[in-house]
Amino acid sequence: MADSSGTRSMSIIVTKGTLDWAYPPFILSTTAAAMGLNVTLFFTFYGLSLLLKNLDLKMSPLGNPAMKMPMMGGHMGMPNVMSMIPGVDAGATAMMKNMMQKKGVASIPDLRALAIESDVRMIACQMTMDLFEYTPEDMIPGIEIGGAASYIEVATQSEINLFI
Amino acid sequence: MADQTLDAKGLNCPLPILKAKKALATLPAGGTLEVLATDPGAVKDFAAFCRTTGHELVEQSQDGNVYRFVLRRKA
Repeated sequence: MADSSGTRSMSIIVTKGTLDWAYPPFILSTTAAAMGLNVTLFFTFYGLSLLLKNLDLKMSPLGNPAMKMPMMGGHMGMPNVMSMIPGVDAGATAMMKNMMQKKGVASIPDLRALAIESDVRMIACQMTMDLFEYTPEDMIPGIEIGGAASYIEVATQSEINLFI
Repeated sequence: MADQTLDAKGLNCPLPILKAKKALATLPAGGTLEVLATDPGAVKDFAAFCRTTGHELVEQSQDGNVYRFVLRRKA
């Protein structure tokens, strides 16, 4: 529903903090903001790591059978046992970043900066911060800290509410 | 001839849209922006962007793998 100025709103609950899953919330929030929507992201549990000053996102082929990388003209997945080998997750992360750069896909630090620039509102979950022992100083400046009620208030005023 | 040209070739979703939005903001109402892109998804996306924002998609063409859009900033 639109507010009194006719502006529509979207909210997203962001629960995942790996390199691959960091994309949907930042792509959708920057695009919605570019299309004139008010956007709020609520970061909880592992999603919280997307707000850290020091972004060091990784990904793992472990438990991810749909992750098939283009290789030698085909697509190749990786058996779970491979993730136990030191360096395999780091290798998969490096490979994904390299592939993204080649294909003109924005980096997560760039997308996050674009989200901040386009006034996407970011709320860090207070409970998760306490749980994982993060302080406001660990987070990028300009974010808010709040709880479930803060999110629900935003959600009741938004026509698009997503959980990622 | 558009007032401004944005070269978004080689960029993937959502960068052509985000950069076009920024460029449109620098134009006066009624000003036109030419966007060049190679992302095939941009064809549907610029149409959706314009329908939602009220900017006008005045021209659209394709030359090889390059898509060209001309957008007019809404009043």
